[in-house]
Amino acid sequence: MELFANQVLAGIATGAIYACMALAVVMIYQAIDHLNFAQGEMAMFSTFVSWQLMQWGVPYWGAFVLTVAFSFAAGIAIERLLFKPLAKAPILTNVAGFIALYAIINSVAGLIWDFTIKQYPTPFGSSPFLGSQLISTHQAGMIGITVLLLVLLFIFFRFTRVGLAMRAAASLPESARLVGINTSWMIALGWGMAAAIGSIAGMMIAPVVFLEPNMMLGVLIYGFAAAVLGGLTSPFGAVVGGFLVGIFENLVGTYIPGVGNELKLPIALALIVTVLVVKPAGLFGRPIVKRV
Amino acid sequence: MLSTLRIAAVSAAVVAIVTTSTAAFAQKKYDTGATDTEIKIGNIIPYSGPASAYGVIGKTEEAYFRMINDQGGINGRKINFVTYDDAYSPPKAVEQVRKLVESDEVLAVFNPLGTPSNTAIQKYLNGKKIPQLFVATGATKWNDPKNFPWTMGWQPSYQSEAQIYAKWLLKEKPDAKIAVFYQNDDFGKDYLKGTKDGLGAKAASMIVMEESYEVSEPSIDGHIVKIKAANPDVLLIYATPKFGAQTIKKTAELGWKPLQIITNVSASVGSVMQPAGFDNAQGVLSAAYAKDGADPQWNDDPGMKKWLAFLDKYMPGADRTDGSIVYGYGAAQTLAKVLEMCGNDLTRANVMKQAASLKDFEPDTLLPGVKINTSAADFAPVAQLKMQRFKGQKWELFGEIISGDVPAD
Amino acid sequence: MSAAEEVVTEAAAVEAVPKRAMTLGYGTSLVVLAALILTPLFVKNFIIFQMTMLLIYGLAVLALNILTGGSGQFSLGQSAFYAVGAYTSAILMEHAGMNYALTLPVAGLICFGFGFLFGQPALRLSGVYLALATFALATAMPQLLKLGYFEHWTGGVQGLVVTKPDAPFGLPMSQDMWLYYFTLAITIAIYIASVNLLRSRSGRAFMAIRDNEIAASAMGVDVALYKTLAFGVSAGITGVAGGLGAIAVQFVAPDGYTITLAISLFLGMVVGGVGWLPGSIVGSAFIIFVPNIAEGISKGLSGAVFGVLLFLVIFLVPHGARQVAIIAQQLIGKLKKN
Repeated sequence: MELFANQVLAGIATGAIYACMALAVVMIYQAIDHLNFAQGEMAMFSTFVSWQLMQWGVPYWGAFVLTVAFSFAAGIAIERLLFKPLAKAPILTNVAGFIALYAIINSVAGLIWDFTIKQYPTPFGSSPFLGSQLISTHQAGMIGITVLLLVLLFIFFRFTRVGLAMRAAASLPESARLVGINTSWMIALGWGMAAAIGSIAGMMIAPVVFLEPNMMLGVLIYGFAAAVLGGLTSPFGAVVGGFLVGIFENLVGTYIPGVGNELKLPIALALIVTVLVVKPAGLFGRPIVKRV
Repeated sequence: MLSTLRIAAVSAAVVAIVTTSTAAFAQKKYDTGATDTEIKIGNIIPYSGPASAYGVIGKTEEAYFRMINDQGGINGRKINFVTYDDAYSPPKAVEQVRKLVESDEVLAVFNPLGTPSNTAIQKYLNGKKIPQLFVATGATKWNDPKNFPWTMGWQPSYQSEAQIYAKWLLKEKPDAKIAVFYQNDDFGKDYLKGTKDGLGAKAASMIVMEESYEVSEPSIDGHIVKIKAANPDVLLIYATPKFGAQTIKKTAELGWKPLQIITNVSASVGSVMQPAGFDNAQGVLSAAYAKDGADPQWNDDPGMKKWLAFLDKYMPGADRTDGSIVYGYGAAQTLAKVLEMCGNDLTRANVMKQAASLKDFEPDTLLPGVKINTSAADFAPVAQLKMQRFKGQKWELFGEIISGDVPAD
Repeated sequence: MSAAEEVVTEAAAVEAVPKRAMTLGYGTSLVVLAALILTPLFVKNFIIFQMTMLLIYGLAVLALNILTGGSGQFSLGQSAFYAVGAYTSAILMEHAGMNYALTLPVAGLICFGFGFLFGQPALRLSGVYLALATFALATAMPQLLKLGYFEHWTGGVQGLVVTKPDAPFGLPMSQDMWLYYFTLAITIAIYIASVNLLRSRSGRAFMAIRDNEIAASAMGVDVALYKTLAFGVSAGITGVAGGLGAIAVQFVAPDGYTITLAISLFLGMVVGGVGWLPGSIVGSAFIIFVPNIAEGISKGLSGAVFGVLLFLVIFLVPHGARQVAIIAQQLIGKLKKN
C-alpha cells in the first residue's frame, strides 16, 4: 500500500512534466487546429536561451521573463516566415514543415551548446515538499505554475475578446473572417503564445531531466498523449491528462507482472487509445460533429 | 601440448611479421586505399538523430588526423579520414559502409559506433576482408578472431567491467542485497549478464531486483521509487550519462543512501557527476581505463597536457568535460600507432596483423598502468580497469589494475 | 463516384486526387522502367544496393500513399508494419530455413492481418487522434521486438543476422544485382496491382471515403470494411517491403525500426505527392539521398541542412513531385501546341 501511494505521488510529480508540455500542445492546437511536432524542440531551444542568459549573469527571474518574451516573439516570427507561406498548402505538407523545423532546431542547438547534459537551476529549491521526499519543492512549484497557467489560459479563452477570436479563427476560419477577425494574425498570436508556454514548460522540466538538445524527445510523446487523452480542445483536460498519464505509467510499471516494466509506455499508450475509442474527443474535449 | 603448439605458431607468425615488415621497407605493398602519399580511412558515426551526442567522437578523430597530417603524416603518408553519418540506424550504416568501401575505397573502416550498426556491417566487412578496426562499442562479441578475423574492439567490454564490480562486491560486501538498474538495450543487458556471471552461484540470492528503463523515457523517477521499495543496499547503475545523473540525483532527493556503482560510460565528472550534484555523488563507485578531461588531478599529467594542447589548437571551443573527446583521441592514437607499425606494407592483412601485435602501448589518455596488448588470439585492446570512488570533486582511484577479459561466446 | 467527387468539402484532410491523375502515362512509364532495368548494368555494386533500398522504401511509401492518398487515413505507424515484415522474413529464413522468396508472401499476409486488426480501433479515430494511435504503435514496436519472451526468436536487443541469397540457376550476376532485379520485379508487380486496385470498385470506395465519409456511407459504401481493408492492404505491402529490406540489409534489430523510419516514410509521401503513386519513388529518393547531401554540406549541422532542404521543397512545390509532373505536362502541352 505504501508503494502504491508512493507510486501515485511519484506519478503526479512526473505527470506535472507532461501536463506542462500538454498545455503548450493544446495552445497550438487551439490556434492552428493541428499538432506541432517541433513544439518540444522550440521549448528546448528557449530553455537553452535562458540557460545562456544565466551563464552571462542574468538572475533567474530576469532570464525567465526575457526568455518568455523571446519565445513569444520567436514563435510569431517562425509562423510569419515559415508557415504563413504554407497556409494554402495541404495539411500534410504543413506537418512535413514541422518535421523540418524540428530537425533544424535540434541540430542548431547541438552545434551551439553541445550534447553533454547541463544542470539547470530551479527557483523553488529541491528539498522535500511538506515532508514527503517523493515530491520536491521544485515539483510542487512546477505543479503550481502549471495550474496558474491553466487558470490564465482558461480566462484568456473564455473571457477575453482575443481568446474568443482565436478559438473562432481556428475552428471556423471562414465564418471568423466574415465577422471581421484577422485570422492570419490570430494564428501568429497562437504560435507566439504556444512558444511562450512551451518555454515555461521547458524551464520547469529542465531541472528534473537535465538540459540537453534531446531532452524533449520523450517529453513530447507523453505531452501529446496527455493532451489527446484530456481532449485537445481543453486546457483543463490536458493538465488532468498529464497527471493521469504519469500515474498510469507508474502503476503499470509496478503492478503488471512480467511485462509491465518493459512495456509501460506501450501499455499506457494502448490504454489511451482505448479511451479514445470510447470517447473519440478525449476525456474533456468537445465532441466532433461531422457534417456533409 | 596443443597450447605450446599454438604458442609456437603464434611466435612464428610474430617472427614472420617482423621479417616481412623489415623487408617491406624495400618493397612497398599496398591494398586499395593506400598509396605512397595517402592512407584512406573510413568511419561511420551518428552525427544526426537521437544518438548525435556521439558525433563528437568522429569530429575528434578527424581533428586528430589533421594534427597528424600537420606533423608530416605517418611514415610520410597523409591520413585521409572519411567519416559519414549513420544516424544510429543499421540500414543506413550498411549503406554508408558500402559507400566507404566501394565508392571511396578506404583501406579500413575505423571506430564505427554502436552495437547494432556494427553487427549489421560485420558480415559484409569480414566477407570482403576489410578491417573493421577498433569498433566503438563494448559488446564482447568483437573479441572473436576465430570467426571474425577482420573485426576488433577497442574499449573494455561491458561484461568484463560488470564482472569487476561483481567480484568486488563478493569480496567487500558478500551479504549485499543488490538492485540492478539498466538500460533496456544491448548495452544494459550486457552489463546485467556480466554482473550475474561475476556473482556466479550467489547471483540469485544477492540480486533482489532487476529494473530496466527505455531511452525514450523523460525521467526515471518512478523506477527509483520502485527500486527503493525493494530495499536493496547496493544499486548498480548501468545507464547512459543523462539517466545516470538522474539516478544519482533522485536517490539523494529520496534521502536514500545505498552504495551506488555506476558504469564507466557514465562516470564523467563534467557531464554526469556535476549535473547530478557533487554532494549527491559522494561515495559513488565506478571503474576507469581513461583519464577524465575535467578531473583536476590530471592537470600536470604529460599525456593530458598533450591532449589539452591538441584541443586548444584543433578543436577550439570544444567542451572538454565531454568524455567522448578523450575517447576519440585514444582510439585515433591507437590507429595511428598501428599504421605506423605497418611501415610500407599497407595491405589490409598487415593492418590486422599489426593491430593484433600491439605490445604495452599506452595512449596519452589512458590511466597510468593501463596498457594495450593484443595478439592473434586476443582482439580486446583495452582490457584493464581500475576501481575508483568519487570524493570531493574528483575520482580517487583505488586498488590494483584489474584485467577483465571476457572471450566472446 | 462522380457524385462523391462533386461534394468534396474543404474539410477533407487529404485533398482529392482524381484517379486518372494517380498514375503515369505509358510513354513515361516505359522510360522509367528502362532506366530502372538498365542502370544497374553500368554502376558499382554499392549504387545497386542504394537502388535496391530506393525501391524498397518506394514500396513502403507507396503503401502509405494507398492508405492516405487513397482512403484518407493518416498513419505515423508504418515503421511498425515494416518491422513486422522484416522480422517475419528474418525469422523464417534463419530459424525455419525457409527460402527467402517464400518468406515475402508470408510477411505480407501476416502484416495484412495485423493491419486489418489495427484498422478496427482506428475506425473510431480520425485526424490527429488517428495520428497519435499510429504514432503509439510505432513507438511501441521496438519495445515489443526486444521483449524477453520473444528473445529466442527475435534475438532480443541483439537482433538477427540474415544471409543474403545468391543468384539462382547459376546466373552470372552478383548477389546485389540479383537482389535488385528480384526487388524490381516485386515492386513492378505491386505497383501494377496497386494501380488496378485504386481503379477498381474498392479503389473508388476508398476515394469516396477519403473525399467525404458520410456521403460515401450514404451511397452504400461499407465504410468500416473499406477503411480497415485499406489499412490491411497498406500494412501488407509495407510488410513485403520490410521483408525485402531485411534481406538487403542482412540484419534486423529493434533500432532499425524506430519512429524515425515512420517519419521518413511520411516525408517521402509528402515530397512525392500525396495520392500520386509514381511519386513514391521520388519520395523514397528524397529520404535516402537528401540526408547524404545534407551531410556532405555540413557534418555538424546535417540535421539543419536537411530541414532547410525540406523547407525549400515544400515551399517550391507544396504538392510534391506530383506538382512538378503536372507543370511539366502543361509545358509539354504548350510546346506541342506551338
